[in-house]
Amino acid sequence: MAKLIVDGKEIDVPPEYTLLQACEAAGAEIPRFCFHERLSIAGNCRMCLVELVGSPKPVASCAWGVRDCRPGPKGEPPQVRTRTPMVRKAHEGVMEFLLINHPLDCPICDQGGECDLQDQTMAYGVDASRFRENKRAVEDKYIGALVKTSMNRCIQCTRCVRFATEVAGVPELGAINRGEDMEITTYLETAMTSELQGNVVDLCPVGALTSKPYAFAARPWELAKTESVDVMDALGSAIRVDTRGREVMRILPRVNEDVNEEWISDKTRHVVDGLRTQRLDQPYLREGTRLRPASWSEAFAAIAAKVGAVPRQRIGAIAGDLATVEELFALKDLMTRLEVKNIDCRQDGSPALPAWGRATYTFNATVAGIENADALLIVGSNPRRESVVLNARIRKRWRAGQFPIGLIGEQADLTYAYEYLGAGPDTLAEIASGRHPFAERLKQAQHPIILVGQAALSRPDGKAIAALAARTAVELGAVKEGWNGFSVLHTVASRVGGLDLGLVPGEGGMAAPDMAAPGALDVLFLLGADEIDVAPGAFVVYIGTHGDRGAHRADVILPGAAYTEKTGLTVNTEGRVQLINRAGFPPGNAREDWAILRALSDQLGTRLPYDSLNQLRAALFKAHPALARLDVVEPSDAGDIRRLADLSAGAVDRAPFRSPITDFYLTNPIARASAIMAECSALARRAAPAIAAE
Amino acid sequence: MLADKDRIFTNLYGFHDWGLEGARARGGWDGTKAILARGRDAIINEMKASGLRGRGGAGFPTGLKWSFMPKKADGRPHYLVVNADESEPGTCKDRDILRHDPHLLIEGCLIAGFAMGAETAYIYVRGEFIREREHLQAAVDQAYAAGLIGKNACGSGYDFDVYVHHGAGAYICGEETALLESLEGKKGQPRLKPPFPANMGLYGYPTTVNNVETIASAPDIMRRGAAWFSSIGRPNNTGTKVYCISGHVNKPCNVEDALGIPLRELIETYAGGVRGGWDNLLAVIPGGSSMPLVPAEQCNELKMDFDGLAAVKSALGTAAVIVMDKSTDIVRAMARISYFYKHESCGQCTPCREGMGWMWRVLTRMAEGRAHKREIDMLFDVTKQIEGHTICAFGDGAAWPVQGLLRHFRPEIERRIDEYARNPHPEPIREAAE
Repeated sequence: MAKLIVDGKEIDVPPEYTLLQACEAAGAEIPRFCFHERLSIAGNCRMCLVELVGSPKPVASCAWGVRDCRPGPKGEPPQVRTRTPMVRKAHEGVMEFLLINHPLDCPICDQGGECDLQDQTMAYGVDASRFRENKRAVEDKYIGALVKTSMNRCIQCTRCVRFATEVAGVPELGAINRGEDMEITTYLETAMTSELQGNVVDLCPVGALTSKPYAFAARPWELAKTESVDVMDALGSAIRVDTRGREVMRILPRVNEDVNEEWISDKTRHVVDGLRTQRLDQPYLREGTRLRPASWSEAFAAIAAKVGAVPRQRIGAIAGDLATVEELFALKDLMTRLEVKNIDCRQDGSPALPAWGRATYTFNATVAGIENADALLIVGSNPRRESVVLNARIRKRWRAGQFPIGLIGEQADLTYAYEYLGAGPDTLAEIASGRHPFAERLKQAQHPIILVGQAALSRPDGKAIAALAARTAVELGAVKEGWNGFSVLHTVASRVGGLDLGLVPGEGGMAAPDMAAPGALDVLFLLGADEIDVAPGAFVVYIGTHGDRGAHRADVILPGAAYTEKTGLTVNTEGRVQLINRAGFPPGNAREDWAILRALSDQLGTRLPYDSLNQLRAALFKAHPALARLDVVEPSDAGDIRRLADLSAGAVDRAPFRSPITDFYLTNPIARASAIMAECSALARRAAPAIAAE
Repeated sequence: MLADKDRIFTNLYGFHDWGLEGARARGGWDGTKAILARGRDAIINEMKASGLRGRGGAGFPTGLKWSFMPKKADGRPHYLVVNADESEPGTCKDRDILRHDPHLLIEGCLIAGFAMGAETAYIYVRGEFIREREHLQAAVDQAYAAGLIGKNACGSGYDFDVYVHHGAGAYICGEETALLESLEGKKGQPRLKPPFPANMGLYGYPTTVNNVETIASAPDIMRRGAAWFSSIGRPNNTGTKVYCISGHVNKPCNVEDALGIPLRELIETYAGGVRGGWDNLLAVIPGGSSMPLVPAEQCNELKMDFDGLAAVKSALGTAAVIVMDKSTDIVRAMARISYFYKHESCGQCTPCREGMGWMWRVLTRMAEGRAHKREIDMLFDVTKQIEGHTICAFGDGAAWPVQGLLRHFRPEIERRIDEYARNPHPEPIREAAE
């Protein structure tokens, strides 16, 4: 610890602290523009200048380390002053310089109300301008479908450049020209290809980079803010849903160090318009080839008539990707009461089974644990597509150095360098047996991670591959005392919750692909399941939010609530239980899904014993006490993985791993309803072919 | 006046052979092996004793700078980088050393590199210097061929490599950390200090950046001894210096003389006097365009060294004396210098990026008189807001000449404003921002 005197107050701080951190620890406020905790230090805005006693010039506190300070002549601790006339003059000077070329267009600027420049001008600026020359004009740039530029406002803090280069790993932004002609651009004015680009809008301290889809839509002070959790992928990023009236206006990230730090993917952020379009707002009944609007009672009567007329083994239920734990629980409960064994939450045909133990289907290393890892083997996954923010965490660890990464599966640009080991199970078997050179690197590591993706698991021989991957983890020391590196990366939000509830086929029941096969069932309930093609024949009841695949196939549609319109629990790929909060209400006659199931159960003659969400939760927590513990990852039993490794699971197909996600932007019904996501998807497809250098 | 025997740069004018034979004939590469045999500490102590201060502008004691390099080799490479990116307006001393006496520099590199444990030297030559680089590269090749550098340099058992690198012509790349960035292949923008290059320099390894003239002086200091060098000039301002005299003199020239030579003697002895006589002098910029000007009334007794110029609130800088006689439009001249700095600002940090254009625009108006008198104080305040608030010294160097103008020629600016106001112009045409 180093001693330091800040504004007359003596404090002890770690010597690796910067003066800015030390001043904050002492309670002094330091203004800043270019400095950001999660980016490298640029020191170029000069707003954080403080007086260091003994130094003739003020120093940039963001870049000056506590250990760079010299003690006083008699060995007294270094003194920092943040409120002297010298500092005030420096702040006023920098503010004036930043403002002379900044347009006075706050009334039409989307950043208004949440602008660092506005706020700091009020706190540190002077009240009048002395600048009589013309202001600089800078051409606006096109940098993609999501980020709108207004480059006159840019203060060249280079946060966006550093984010793109360091965190996103797609160094497409840069500064051209010198001096006052310096401009931030993608140079050729092409769209950025990062799936994290939306974050530059949050990073931009002024209104130079704003959200294109949200342009001129609302002012921050008119919005109601709801803290919630994202369901676009299995990571469960912390989000804040901003609503005006009943309409979701935008989604922003919240800080959650354990999960998403403060980044979210573009899909999480910009899926907003998908929540408005293609919505199912009333029940429908199929008459002939057409769906006609119907009342709830008509719809329920039609279902009851059908369910009553078929044998139990000809009924099935498939849960979708965005469902909350509560409705999954209600669905399972209902099906159990109906004595239906054909239930599944694994549309993609994943073999994961609750019976194997929780450790076999969760990300045991935890997302934050990636930073402690010292080797990584990716098996059948493209983390950049399947969980962008988690991929950024891998990149963060990789940038710190000494982190060998091996990939088995499809080759792709993951934003970090990796050793490409092979395409399929053969390579994995080679590593498991220790014959492959990369096995040695994993063995030498203290905390290796075996990241198993759905490309490896969601295939007919998935069970055998799961066993093989578990064997690899056990053999190479990824599962040991104090460290469990066997980590399954799921692609959908509801999967771990569903598996925790045991939403898998009962004794003699059919799995999802079998249920969808021709002639397999007479009645099939789809709880938001849109990623599966149900063969003609069965009577399909679709409970969901969007007019997507499931609704097109349905015979009865029961309109449900999207994730911003209901309160519920979700379990992320680590097994972390998180709470989704309601930010608005479902449109029209749509209802929350658990309530639909409850009402339906009444019509089917097996009333579910809960009349409110609280009663439902009480029943849920009684059956699954672990789900009541929010925001923590329950330690998993490494023995599960050893048992899985020993499982004799049949032959392995030698076919290469193929990622289940072909288009990052269009993975669920909400995203497919979004025009923005469609545009992003089209841009990504256009950018895909390799372009020769000009 | 410096005796010829005390000159270091004996081929400054290129009258003799610049190649290895010529250099040897003038005493270059003489006993280099013996110098190296004296050991690292002895060389650094000799440099410290000589009192040599950096010739690039800031005047930091060279021996002290060399001693900052980590003593113990921890397996990491150390680098010597020679700053030959001589771009300061008015300055052309390094250029003549590079093309007429390159072997002095190369020998200096070896001695300096050896003293600081660097096995590699990079010489970063200004982009516009084409012939200079050719001569330097040829001289490096000659030195390699003669075994003076490379493996077992001069038979001393020390391996030493010299690489000549060509810049792309940005003024800011003469700032030592921007030079390192540029050398690494990045955009030439100054780095934050600390860490200083002696700890984290080129590619993150300990590095010392020295000016060409500083390094080229080292061999002679080692050969003739610190006592000889420190006997020239006055205490704290020892040795010889190449002055570049340009502007309104009869014979503009480069000349080596002792530090502390009176300005008047310098101009009248070597440059043929001020155009129209000494009394026709208006002002002098004594150290390259980034130093504050010194008005004629302070020039009579002015001694050209670090302390002498500090006494008149200017600085020696690169010792590029720009002489301006009374025909000079001093405000326009300073506006032109401001334009140069506006053009060359790297744009990284706020005060410099935004302040340069502001200063230039105000000065341009002042040159016409199209300004208010209150703007004179405002302009001074703006220069104070830039000075000391930037990442590198560029901001200071751009603010100082303007401060010098305002300090000494305020009446001239006020006169123009009055004149402009007396002759009411039609509403001046507003210029669009470029």
